[in-house]
Amino acid sequence: MTKKQKKNLKRIIIASILFLIIFISDLILEKINGRGLIGITNSKLSFLIPFILYFSIYLYIGNKTILKAFKNIINGEVLDENFLMVLSTIGAFSLGLFTSIKSINDPSIKIEGFDEGCAVLLFYEIGEWFQSYSITKSRKSIKDLLDLSDAKVTVIENNIEIVKDPNEIKVNDIILVKPGERVLLDGIIINGNSTIDTKSLTGESLPKDIKEGDSILSGVINLTESIKIKVLKEYNDSTVKRIMDLIENATNNKTKTENFINKFSRYYTVVVVILALFLAIIPPLLIGIIKGDYSHFLDFIYSSLSFLVVSCPCALVVSVPLTFFLSIGRASKYGILIKGSTYLEMINRLGSAVFDKTGTLTKGNFKVYNVIPEKNRNEILYYASLAEKDSLHPIALAIKNETNISINKDVSIINISGKGVIAKESSNQILVGNDKLMEEYHISFEKVLSDSTVIYCALNSKYLGSIEIRDEIKDDSKEVIDSLNKDNIQTVMLTGDNPLTAVRIKNELNISTYVPSLLPENKATELEKIMNNNKKGSYTLYVGDGINDALVLLKSDIGISMGKLGVDAAIEASDIVFTDDNIKSLITLRTLAKKTMRIVKENIIFILLIKFLILFFAMLVPLIEDLIALNIKIMWISVFGDVGVLILAILNSLRITKIKLDDSKR
Amino acid sequence: MIKTYDIEVDCANCALKVENALKNIENIINVSVNYMTQKMVIESNTEIPKKELLKIARKIEPDFEIN
Repeated sequence: MTKKQKKNLKRIIIASILFLIIFISDLILEKINGRGLIGITNSKLSFLIPFILYFSIYLYIGNKTILKAFKNIINGEVLDENFLMVLSTIGAFSLGLFTSIKSINDPSIKIEGFDEGCAVLLFYEIGEWFQSYSITKSRKSIKDLLDLSDAKVTVIENNIEIVKDPNEIKVNDIILVKPGERVLLDGIIINGNSTIDTKSLTGESLPKDIKEGDSILSGVINLTESIKIKVLKEYNDSTVKRIMDLIENATNNKTKTENFINKFSRYYTVVVVILALFLAIIPPLLIGIIKGDYSHFLDFIYSSLSFLVVSCPCALVVSVPLTFFLSIGRASKYGILIKGSTYLEMINRLGSAVFDKTGTLTKGNFKVYNVIPEKNRNEILYYASLAEKDSLHPIALAIKNETNISINKDVSIINISGKGVIAKESSNQILVGNDKLMEEYHISFEKVLSDSTVIYCALNSKYLGSIEIRDEIKDDSKEVIDSLNKDNIQTVMLTGDNPLTAVRIKNELNISTYVPSLLPENKATELEKIMNNNKKGSYTLYVGDGINDALVLLKSDIGISMGKLGVDAAIEASDIVFTDDNIKSLITLRTLAKKTMRIVKENIIFILLIKFLILFFAMLVPLIEDLIALNIKIMWISVFGDVGVLILAILNSLRITKIKLDDSKR
Repeated sequence: MIKTYDIEVDCANCALKVENALKNIENIINVSVNYMTQKMVIESNTEIPKKELLKIARKIEPDFEIN
């Protein structure tokens, strides 16, 4: 709580207690003497007792609002909510005084208005306080994600540790990060091995081991040992600072819903105030002209005061952006960085979801899938890994990972570019490569027609067999595609791979369309075709690795890059960043976006419904004979239409921080 | 040019009204007054002096503050 909030809370509590004491004693006295506080003395001026009591509380709790209201009238701001609130409450007090004076001659007239005037302003202040408190709290919960306030860095200069502000650190400085501290600058570890917690960056809860020479991103927390880091980027360019800025600025570009609300609220107040004025004058005047009875002005003025009380669109204006704000904060806890609230809205109206293949739907690491003939499996793999002993090619790595044996033999290797390798080990000559290599060396081999990469293997000119190698599909890809298919969103896979491989993955994942053999630069053109075929008002999402597809990311309505937190270009080009490599984040994101919009809609409908109901009821009361007795009581209901709905809408928005998302993370 | 200011504003509707008022200043392309983050982003052709922004904002919201 801020100082201001504490002070205001104290005032609200004191005023509420005083109000209740007076209000209840009035009720009790009414039971005893039938007249309440006024009945204490028999003086003609006894109405001043409740008036002074309630009005003092009114001034105590509302002095700031009243002052603001006056300042705003001087500035010509007639439609300011402070002013309207003060106008309606002063109106209630005035009516109280008016009926009081009338009741001097005619005791049957009931004095009403003092408690209403005081209560409405008191509730208004409570609402304002609650609004301010909940927003401060939400803001804090997001700042706590990556708590950067008063962050300090230990720099090592000439073997001395100096504590500095992160802004003072320059590139190539050496910083020391002790266990339990957050790394604040991106760099390379030059000394020490440790374990780091990357949760606030990636949402991944498992700690990660790091060693000397590893690069390290700011935002992670060092857990076990002290490490020394050579700084590679200044603080303002560091990952942690960029993420913070990104989240904080995300709510600056407004969603369509927000723009609608903003436009709506501009007219809402004007219309309600004009209606109030109209209601106070026209109907009683008409009744007067028609029936010759001009005594109805009071009833209608009561109603018009109720109009003023619900004239503030505050609940709408607060709760809608608050929901988006909280949702963006929530997403960041799952390693999903959203660059604008508008994307949360757009994701609910997807026409198609386009995926890059390698590294997005597949793991991007290759694995031995099949060996033909199976009975020679060990022999084939042994010789193949012997021949690929020194290679770092992804395919060679896949073979070596499969056998997992260390080879200490002396092997001489000749690389034949685009074909394979020839290896010599003692008297053995091993050929490992594609069909072209086999043909070149006149090996009689069985050509395998496969949807994977095929490697053939021959020993001393005798064909041994073949190895099929595949990129593995990510465990979660199927679930992600299924969830999109279920909602009738077109799924498309773009890939540079051959058509056979593409078809296999398309079928395995149940993707609706695929475009194979694409060069990176052609992906953008394909995406445009897809976007043009989409229905108007539905959006196209693209998920890629963010490295060679910046153009596609930019062109798509919603561009998502995955797992490339340290790469500026990827963050720059995309609208949403999945900080880890988890494609399942898309499901989490869609669930969150759906619930966010749901809450936003709930709030809008609820607020408008209540306000309109109250307006309608307030208008009806003075017109219907049996309800006239209720006239001023409407003010009690209408204050609910202002403060009550505000608080309920904020509470509803806060649900976004509690709703159930994917449990496998966090 | 785009400039971001840290601000103090008390209520969401006031922020909105200040935003609408600032939008009418000459040379201003876009304004976003963010109650949630207490930040204001001003996109303009030329730099608008802080004093002028404050003057217009305070007409709507006397408590408005630019830090």
